[in-house]
Amino acid sequence: MSIGTYPPKFGVRVDPEQCMLCGRCVENCSYGVFRMEEGRLKVNSRNCVACHRCLAMCPRDAITIRERPVDYRSHPLWTPQVREAIFNQAKTGKIIVAGMGNALPYPVIFDHLVLDACQVTNPSIDPLREPMELRTYIGKKPSRIELVKRGNGEVDLLTSLSPNLKLETPIMIGHMSYGAISLNAQMSLARAVSEIGTYMGTGEGGLHESLYPYQDHMIVQIASGRFGVDIDYLERGAAIEIKIGQGAKPGIGGHLPGEKVNQEVSMTRMIPKGSDAISPAPHHDIYSIEDLKQLVRSLKEATEWKKPVFVKIAAVHNSAAIAAGIARSSADAIVIDGFRGGTGAAPRVFRDHVGIPVEAAIASVDAKLRQQGIRNEVSIIASGGIRESADVAKIIALGADAVYIGTAALVALGCRVCGTCNRGVCAWGIATQREDLVKRLDPAIGSQQIINLVHGWTDELAELMGAAGINSIESLRGNRDRLRSYMLDSALMDVLDVKSVGA
Amino acid sequence: MDSLLSEWGTVVHDEEIPTIDHGKIRKVHTPWRYFFKPDTTLMPHSASPEEDIVTHIVMKINTTIPGVLVFSSGKNIGVFKASGWPEDVADFYRIQDYKGYLWLGHNRYPTNTPGWWGGAHPFNLLDWSVVHNGEITSYGTNRRYIESYGYHCTMYTDTEVVAYLVDLLVRRHGLPEELAVKALAPPFWDEIDTLPEKERILNTAIRLTYGPALMNGPFAIVVANENSILGFTDRIKLRPLVCGEYGDRLYISSEEAAIRTMEPHVEKISMPRAGSPIIGRVIV
Repeated sequence: MSIGTYPPKFGVRVDPEQCMLCGRCVENCSYGVFRMEEGRLKVNSRNCVACHRCLAMCPRDAITIRERPVDYRSHPLWTPQVREAIFNQAKTGKIIVAGMGNALPYPVIFDHLVLDACQVTNPSIDPLREPMELRTYIGKKPSRIELVKRGNGEVDLLTSLSPNLKLETPIMIGHMSYGAISLNAQMSLARAVSEIGTYMGTGEGGLHESLYPYQDHMIVQIASGRFGVDIDYLERGAAIEIKIGQGAKPGIGGHLPGEKVNQEVSMTRMIPKGSDAISPAPHHDIYSIEDLKQLVRSLKEATEWKKPVFVKIAAVHNSAAIAAGIARSSADAIVIDGFRGGTGAAPRVFRDHVGIPVEAAIASVDAKLRQQGIRNEVSIIASGGIRESADVAKIIALGADAVYIGTAALVALGCRVCGTCNRGVCAWGIATQREDLVKRLDPAIGSQQIINLVHGWTDELAELMGAAGINSIESLRGNRDRLRSYMLDSALMDVLDVKSVGA
Repeated sequence: MDSLLSEWGTVVHDEEIPTIDHGKIRKVHTPWRYFFKPDTTLMPHSASPEEDIVTHIVMKINTTIPGVLVFSSGKNIGVFKASGWPEDVADFYRIQDYKGYLWLGHNRYPTNTPGWWGGAHPFNLLDWSVVHNGEITSYGTNRRYIESYGYHCTMYTDTEVVAYLVDLLVRRHGLPEELAVKALAPPFWDEIDTLPEKERILNTAIRLTYGPALMNGPFAIVVANENSILGFTDRIKLRPLVCGEYGDRLYISSEEAAIRTMEPHVEKISMPRAGSPIIGRVIV
């Protein structure tokens, strides 16, 4: 005990004037902060993760939570987080595991980009009065149209179109597996995407049979562990995604602890109950770009070339060249997952230090594919740190076709970004398999919240486009002229291919 | 420049384009014309080697040779540009000395880009010449798309991209003009969804394939080549376009008044719907 205890991260106070001892906080906190002792409410602040479940359920607003109620001696380099990581590792000697996305205060490129609007020389378009098209097709496109002209002046189309996913909004929900999140969470997302006319990913957790009614809106994932994969799974999905890497932890595999593998998860993943589900770092049948091409084509062959195949990579230094290789592998879409992407569990050192921001990665991938003349033949999906409709507009202007949202969708279900998904006791019933917690999330209500969120964003996107004098999403895509950088350095502006404000 | 030309073919004749100093236009450049015969054997894999060679030379000169700008590069066509009033420009170039059956004229109110002589309409590449009223809000997308096919935008004006898009779609990809307009100003999805199957598939294929060529923003555009003229507007017709007919003559203009000034006895005036092109053809 030479280190002793260190200051609690949060201080929880219950106002005795307000509290009526109803016990809802005790019932709702899955982290063990509250207990009732001889008719008095006791609080153990040290267990608090600031998930706000108690606050949300308290009928009297009696609870307040303060971050870092005890100060460390301030120091710009030796932050409390750094000191606590050292305490932690001095005690355990282990890799620190954490949840959610990158937690270091890197500048956010999105917040240094501003959008354009029309004035005088061209009119803005009012989406309430004029049609505004956000429909997006994800999949392979021909590089040109081949026609034959018949004698009577009619033309016949010789080009046949590859299967594409039709999205009514360029917003999809990313891959969060059953196991990482609860079935009720997946069910909420699945009902929502079916209603909206968009798609969601299954993650590497198989497809639970209760989601079969929504399978036409689900993208089934193949990751390095191949959990839950068989021909039935492939055939059920609207599209198939090969996950090579993830923005939250590029270069490493995944780990679902055995405690989260209950009977249902075990059946869906096709692994024994209670066993750890470990996805290796590489796919053991992919050691080169040629191998990837084989897997893409094998999956297409297995599903009779009826389904688009996506390949997802983490945004890393050389993403552009890698994406160019993927574009030539017969893949229909490339997913670029930025370093702010969330996760159920990742080593803290990876989450915070490996990979690059999605804005820069998308800009360079789009530019590289254009240079090679193949940009429009393949779709680009951006994910990792998309927080609001403005981010969607900006990343599309930088060259993406559509986005995956993850954390934002979970926040719409109640998640407060407490970052302890890896603990498996999510009080909101999202990142947990504990039955009593899961049932807190009602898919009927949850799905409506997701629908509301996506509708709100879609309407905002339509307004932003209208203000820019654009009535079709194709004309925003890669239209970097409609972005300006505000206080970005010139090297980054070159990568993003945007001018400065005022220029 | 001369060595670049001789590398790709033969200059049959070249001369300064005749101008007259009437004191109303300041001569800031020396207009020169070359009658050039490309050596088609140098591009054996091309389906239209003459055009591809000329396009290559134009792009090369405009991006790499300082002080030289090619603004007219077709066969049996000529573009005359200057900064000034239209009648003064016409006089400056002695326009009365030329005969033609298809004329494009344009007067610009410069806004987004500087009013310089090179930025004056029409924009031309090969046989395609374009005049445009409006602003293309999708320019950033269109320019990046067309540049991946080897075209380079050098005139600082959004209209330039239209000439290159039409060249790509019609000459290189072989789309009939009507379908090229469907790519540049396509019907809305709601409309496409209700078309008979064959047309629906064709229109869907065009939108998916040529999405980055879709032009947005307010515009009325007239594109012409040696034997046809094509007028169309943006998809919600934020700029006017009027068509007039008199005998076998066709007039296309932003304003009816302009047509009536040219031809007071015009017989038929019509206004096309958004997205429907006016197509005129030369019949000999």
